[in-house]
Order: sequence, then C-alpha cells, then structure tokens
Amino acid sequence: MQSIRFYSGLVLLTATLGFSGGAQAQLFPQAKLPQQTGEAIYKGVCQTCHMPDAKGAVGAGTYPALANNSKLEVSGYPVAVVIHGQKAMPSFGQAMSDEQVANIVNYVRTHFGNNYKDSVTPDDVKAAR
Amino acid sequence: MSDPQQPKSRRDLLKLIGRTAGTAVMYQAMVDMGYAATSDFTGPVKLSGDVKKASVLILGAGIAGMVAAYELRKAGYRVQILEYNGRPGGRNWSLYGGDTYTEMGGLTQHVRFDKGLYFNPGPWRIPYHHQGILHYCQALNVPLEPFVAINNSSYIHSARAFGGKPMRYREVVADYDGYIAELLAKAVSQNQLDGALSKDEKDGLMVMLRTWGALDKNFEYKMGDASSNMRGYDKPPGGGLDSVPVNSEPMARKDLFSSAMWISLFLNKTWDFQSQLFQPVGGMGMIGKAFGQALNGLIRYNCQVTGIKQDDQGVTVTYKDQKNGGKVETATADWCVNTIPASVLSQIPMAVSSRLRNAVDSLSYIPAAKVGLQFKRRFWEEDEAIYGGVTYTDQPIFNISYPSHGFFQKGPGVLLGAYAFASMNTYGMESLSAPDMIQAALDQGANIHPQYKSEFQHGVAVAWHRVPWTLGCSGGWSDENRARHYDDMCAIDGRIVLAGEHCSRLPAWQEGAVLSALDAIKRLHQRVLSA
Repeated sequence: MQSIRFYSGLVLLTATLGFSGGAQAQLFPQAKLPQQTGEAIYKGVCQTCHMPDAKGAVGAGTYPALANNSKLEVSGYPVAVVIHGQKAMPSFGQAMSDEQVANIVNYVRTHFGNNYKDSVTPDDVKAAR
Repeated sequence: MSDPQQPKSRRDLLKLIGRTAGTAVMYQAMVDMGYAATSDFTGPVKLSGDVKKASVLILGAGIAGMVAAYELRKAGYRVQILEYNGRPGGRNWSLYGGDTYTEMGGLTQHVRFDKGLYFNPGPWRIPYHHQGILHYCQALNVPLEPFVAINNSSYIHSARAFGGKPMRYREVVADYDGYIAELLAKAVSQNQLDGALSKDEKDGLMVMLRTWGALDKNFEYKMGDASSNMRGYDKPPGGGLDSVPVNSEPMARKDLFSSAMWISLFLNKTWDFQSQLFQPVGGMGMIGKAFGQALNGLIRYNCQVTGIKQDDQGVTVTYKDQKNGGKVETATADWCVNTIPASVLSQIPMAVSSRLRNAVDSLSYIPAAKVGLQFKRRFWEEDEAIYGGVTYTDQPIFNISYPSHGFFQKGPGVLLGAYAFASMNTYGMESLSAPDMIQAALDQGANIHPQYKSEFQHGVAVAWHRVPWTLGCSGGWSDENRARHYDDMCAIDGRIVLAGEHCSRLPAWQEGAVLSALDAIKRLHQRVLSA
C-alpha cells in the first residue's frame, strides 16, 4: 500500500486514503483505470507508447511492437508484464481489475496481426498476481 | 545551559545544543541559524585534494550531468559529457516559436508561438527552498522572477459540482473556512468540546473562529459584510455616488462539502508549493542553456549511448554519433557519472553488479502530459483579472496555468492548457495524439474559459512517455520499490555512479537532480582520492 507521495505538481492519493474512484466528486485523478474493454484500455493507455498501430517506437530507448509479436503466444507472459511491469513498462496490477487485465491481454492477442485463440480469464489473472 | 564550555563557532554551539538538549532542539536551532532551512543543500560543494588529472565521463547533459561536470571540472578533473539531444538541458526545456519537436513514433510539431512567448514542457517552477538549483541559477547568472503559485482569483472547477460552474479560489477558501468555523463554534458553544478545552481556550478559540471564519454576531457563516470581505463582492466598494458594495452569496454548505474542491487548496498548503516560487526569466530552459555555455566544449551532442563497460582500469562507453550517420564511437575515462534515465538505461548493456542492474530494471517512469496554448490576447487578464497562478479542475487537463510574466501586455499570450500528472487518467491525455491532446485541452478549458473558442491560435502538446530521451516523466518509485532498490541505485558500482532525479527523494524536481549529482560526486571524489 502506498502512503501519500509527493510529486511535482500533484500529490498522488491512492486507495489507502479512499481516492480509488468512489461516488464522491473528485478533483483528483483516480488510482484506478476507468476504461473496461480491451479496445478502450488499449486506446486509453497502451497506445501512448506502443502506438495506435501497435508497431512500437524508438528513441533513446525502445517501446517494443505488440503487432505480430510471437512473445504473446504464451498468454501468461503478457499477463505478468501488465500486472507487474517490466523495466520501462509500468505495472498496472493495482490500477486494473482481473477483468481489465484479461480484457486488454485478450484484445492485444487477437488484434494487430496476432491471432491467438486461447483467451485469458479473470481467474487466470488472479492466479498470476 | 549548564555546560560551562563557551562555544567558539556556530558549529560548536550546535554541538553544545545537541548534547544538552537533544537532536530535535538542535535541528530547530539549525533551522533558526539557517543551516537546515532548505532541502539538504548546504552550500557550494568543495572537492579538495589532488585528483591527479583523473578523468570522468558523464552520460547526459541534463541538470544532474551538468552540475557534476561543472563541479568536477572545478576540482581538477578532466571531464567530458555525451548527450543524446542536440542541446543541453534534458528535461530542463522550453519551446519557443520556430522550434520543432519530434516525439517517439515520429510525429513532429512545429512551434508557432509569437516572438518572446514560450512553454515549459518539463519543470516550470522552483520552490524557494530548492536552494541547490537556485544556487546554480545565481552562479550561472540566470535571472529569476516570481512564479505565481496561488492566485485567489484563479478558479477551482469540478465538472461534478455546482453544475460545472468554476468557482474563484478565494470563494472556495472563504466558504470552507467559514463553514468549518461555524460548525466548530457550534460545537464549542454547545459545550461538546468541554473535555478537550479549558475555559480560556474556549474563549480564545471563539474569538479566533469568528474573525478567521468571517462569522456574523451569531457565529453563523452567512452572506454579509464579513463573509464578502473574504470571498469578494457581487459589486465591490466604489467611489462617489452609487458606491455601496453588494455582498456575495456563499455557496450552499452541502454543495461545497459534497464536492472535493478542498483538494486544490490542500495542495498549495504543502511544502513544495508554499511561497515563494521562482521561474527563470524567458523560460525554464534558460538554466540548461546557461549550463551548456558554461561547459562549452565539454559536451558532445547527438550521441546515443549503446554500451557501458568497466574494468579495474577504467570505463569504456560506446555510442552512436548521430551527426555522423550513426557511426559507432567509443569514449573512455577513469570514472563515469551516469545520468541516463533508468527507463532508457534498463535497455542499455552495462557492466555493473546485479544489484544495480536490478535497481535500474525495477524503475518505470510516471506519465505526464502538458499542452501549451497561444491565444490572440491575454483574456484571463483582460476579462477575468487573473494575473498568473493556477486553475484546478477535475477534468483530465487538471491544471490551467497563466503566465507569471508579461502582465498587461497587449496581444497574444501563451498559457499552460493542461498539466496532467502521475495518475491513471493522465494516460487518458498521454494516449492522445498531439493534435487530439490540444483539442482536448481546448474543449476542457472552454468549460472554464469560453473565450478559448474564439481566441485560440496555436498549440503544442507533449506526452512525456513519448519524449525520446526519457520515456516518461520521472522515476516512479513506490515505497516498497524504494526500500528494496534505492540504495543500490545510488551506490558507486566499481567506477560508475548514477545520478539524476531518480536517485533522489525529490522525484521529478530539478532539485533532486542537483542534490543527487552533488552527493554522487562527493562520494566519487572520496573514492578517487583513496584509490
């Protein structure tokens, strides 16, 4: 659990203090991701770095392409990366429900030239946490 | 104090206080004497001793790398810097008319601001207690001017409160203070706090609450002279005839208390945002430029580091010279100060311990998005009497900040139209293409300033996860991750030491980069002298 963390420009209040997206009108951004479907999560988060066509991007470092990516074949790999992060890739385990993780992994594994038939369930995600 | 020993110096006096009164009192005394009133910057670093012309290769010409170079050169080291960009500064960066910016993915924006107008995509304000970066501003003759952090005439806006009507900052402050004072006065007068308060305390508190909260003679917060003196008037006092002020009506308590507008007030009460804050005249990037001039000849630009090796003789870094067709070159030195952001460094082969490697690999960078907007005129000043400061909203743009400079100028002005930071809905901004992010900033901003629609001219949008040299805004340390890896990130590893805001406890602040660099080179210097 995070306590109060001070960053420049804003204090990030996390679920500890009850700012995780309840009914209250909030000035502060939520700690939970609002999007639910795989497509909405991709467009609202993932394409920031992996790009709208999922072909990745290059600067001083690289964002890998998700399109036509054979590393997605074993579904447990993208599930683990989304939950726990990997190097420059942030972890989204706390920000996403089991359903959201399953939705985004299933979306990426069936789009952008990927065609993996086995889908991930929320229970698979729960087991991977 | 019973100790008969007479203190000979401030240090002796502090020791004496520490011995007799404990560290808490000593700390207070240090604050009083000006020792600890800042970050932990204690004055210009002094690296004394013969360094025997040892060489140091510095990776990155951001604030951390250039502070390190500046001080190490002064101490007699042979210094060179490799920098990815074609300019000094790193995240210390301002965009002016005529500039271009190409983000990851290849989109290029051409900045079309009028002459003299600018936008800071990165850091934009310096708290007075960030004495490290302020020291270098003075050392490099970078003129500073006040940055307006709190403006009582700016707005607090919630799409989910008051029908989306923006409230003036002063109204929100006055109404919270008023209603809280009224409730507390009620509890006191009904003797509900008798166990907690003495008679004298109660009397003192009641006087304070009435004045502080602008309560009426019945200790109620209502529309009247007292409350309008705090929250402002529908028609302010005038001169001559027809000069009687018209008071303003406070918000309904239930509407205010069920909103979350207090959060915007709370933020400005925190240490980082307390007055006085500063900004360099002409843009935050002036600091990077001044450092670059001071280090003229030491910085090799357009060099992308591709590998870092070390052995007991020294450090060898391979890099691509992008001005020379990506030709692979090597640079060697006795020591290395490495300020490459962890998000980039985790992808570069580096001969270091697994402890440092794990620390670097553990750190991802937080999101941030900023939009600069040029309007035909400074309508926030001309129409709304807002001179600098920040408007807060619960829309994804989060902030609108008005320029703290050029007040009352006629013609175009540039404001900060969005500053989303560190949260999940920041990705909602970052994930947009630059033109869409500008449009989102315009749409959301128009809910607060309808003038946006007719006055907009140009915009620039920066999503920090697509900034090619950082892959994010700043190191996103969680408490757990910091406990596990932070010390390893900062420790000298053979001949290499890391520095930057990610090696500090002031994440995303330039002061963190300064303090980290100073700490790293002090330790490195000791290592060099003892080698």
